[in-house]
Amino acid sequence: MASGRLRGGFLFFFLPVALWLALLIVLPHLELLRLSFTDSLAGRFTVANYLAFFTEPIYWLTFVRTALYSLLVTFLVMTVALPVAFYVTKVVDVRLSGFLMVLLLVPFWVSELVRVYGWMILLRESGIVNQVLTGLGLLKEPVEFLYRDATMVMGLVYTSMLFMVVPLIGVMDDLDDALIEAAYDLGASKGAIWRTIVIPHCATGLVSGGIIVFMLVLGSYLTPNLMGGKNSLWFTEQIYNQIILYFNWNQGAAFGFLLLLLSSLIIWAVLKVTGQRLKEVVK
Amino acid sequence: MIRTLPASKGYRRSFDLFIALYFLLLFAPLVVTMVLAFNDSPFPSLPWEGFTLDWFFGKGPDKFGIFHDRTNLRSLAASFRVALAVTALSTFLGTCAAFLFEQEQFPFKGLLYFLMIAPLVIPGVILGISILMFANGLGLVIENLFGLYLPVLGPGYWLVVLGQSAFISTIVALVVLARLKKFDPSLEEAAYNLGATRVQVLRYITLPYLRPAIVGGAAMAFLLSFENFNTTVFLVSSQPTLPINMYMQVRDGSTPVINAISLLLILGASLFAVANLRGKRART
Repeated sequence: MASGRLRGGFLFFFLPVALWLALLIVLPHLELLRLSFTDSLAGRFTVANYLAFFTEPIYWLTFVRTALYSLLVTFLVMTVALPVAFYVTKVVDVRLSGFLMVLLLVPFWVSELVRVYGWMILLRESGIVNQVLTGLGLLKEPVEFLYRDATMVMGLVYTSMLFMVVPLIGVMDDLDDALIEAAYDLGASKGAIWRTIVIPHCATGLVSGGIIVFMLVLGSYLTPNLMGGKNSLWFTEQIYNQIILYFNWNQGAAFGFLLLLLSSLIIWAVLKVTGQRLKEVVK
Repeated sequence: MIRTLPASKGYRRSFDLFIALYFLLLFAPLVVTMVLAFNDSPFPSLPWEGFTLDWFFGKGPDKFGIFHDRTNLRSLAASFRVALAVTALSTFLGTCAAFLFEQEQFPFKGLLYFLMIAPLVIPGVILGISILMFANGLGLVIENLFGLYLPVLGPGYWLVVLGQSAFISTIVALVVLARLKKFDPSLEEAAYNLGATRVQVLRYITLPYLRPAIVGGAAMAFLLSFENFNTTVFLVSSQPTLPINMYMQVRDGSTPVINAISLLLILGASLFAVANLRGKRART
């Protein structure tokens, strides 16, 4: 093999990728960092944008709220996705299993906006659920189900479920049935089988699904905005307000950087604790 | 517990019920949205006022169907134009990246690979604002140095295309990379031994082998671009894409024309899901 030929091939692949990563990933985030430390009027170095975050309770409270709710949603998604993946791979008739897997995936190709809109039609004060419940006499007055935290959490669980179900189905498919059968024959309870066989086996799927779900929920805008009320109580809404409504890019940059820092820190901590690497997780 | 083991009737029943409930909740919002697209009522809710196709074909004056709704049609066209460009750009970048990381050796390869997968864990909102800020800053620098105003660097079509490609390229790269990993390098070596050039090897050996993955990646790129909101919202100007336009109508309340659009999107996505599954079967 002539080395000149290889060199040309290398540059052909390397240059577009290097340009992409430099111009669209690295430099924009450096600019984000620079702007977050810049005064919006005088253009001088300042930490005021970060100080504003810590001194205004509405900012840091929203931040903490967003982080905690994201963790809660990730946990709920795990607890629902585990039995669903288990049922589809291990419990249901083999002939049905493939069909159910397809059925499971289809709704998630539909855009988040359409799915949230469907829930709004169902749950709003004049919505289908209210009409059915009042029609049956179960409710005297229609109730506004939207714009509550519980509804928002449900919506977030719904929109991010796929990213947990798919990796879990993948790892559960690899779980040897004989292990469960052996444990059963030796008299293990269902709880013990879940605790000592199924969940440890699924650890890799839980971690990679958990990271993607957490990141998506933390950065989601549509679901909290449309289902969770109008008071900008999700941190991405604060970023949106600063950039689009108040046109204060420096404050928005500081918020953006804080959110990026939070998501990186949590992902890093999860990887450290579970001893996995990002490379394997995103596959 | 599992299908080979005996289980009590109650256990099996309650598990079945749980799954039935799960699927009900999974499909309820989509089915309701689609059904109400045919309701002859100015609001997307019950009661049922009779069947109509007006939300698709209505010419007005009181009911404008999607096919006569200028604003929505324009945003649909805008989404198509963006998605086509994003598909082309990110398929090219993603395929280059797959070759680079699978077949080439160079210093700092690990670091570069980390940077390539980083967009998967960067929230889309942050990607959007950082690209907006960087393009704006770059535009100012160029204007001050050369007295040249580049509209490409302001919010608008090209910035949306670049912003979406920033993370969609990563997804294409991972799809292509997965197939390239299974490629038997002795095929390429045989071609080289027979005197083929690098370009000929790519053209006749490697790319045909990768074709299903590249097509699958491109289709996924199209769909992701078409549906993207978080990154796009910071980069659009006067020509909103469909999700941006729909968001405003959903937020402020609208006629069932939104249901008609949603129905078309759901059908499109379902077709895509089935095709993707077929493709996946062909790929493995």
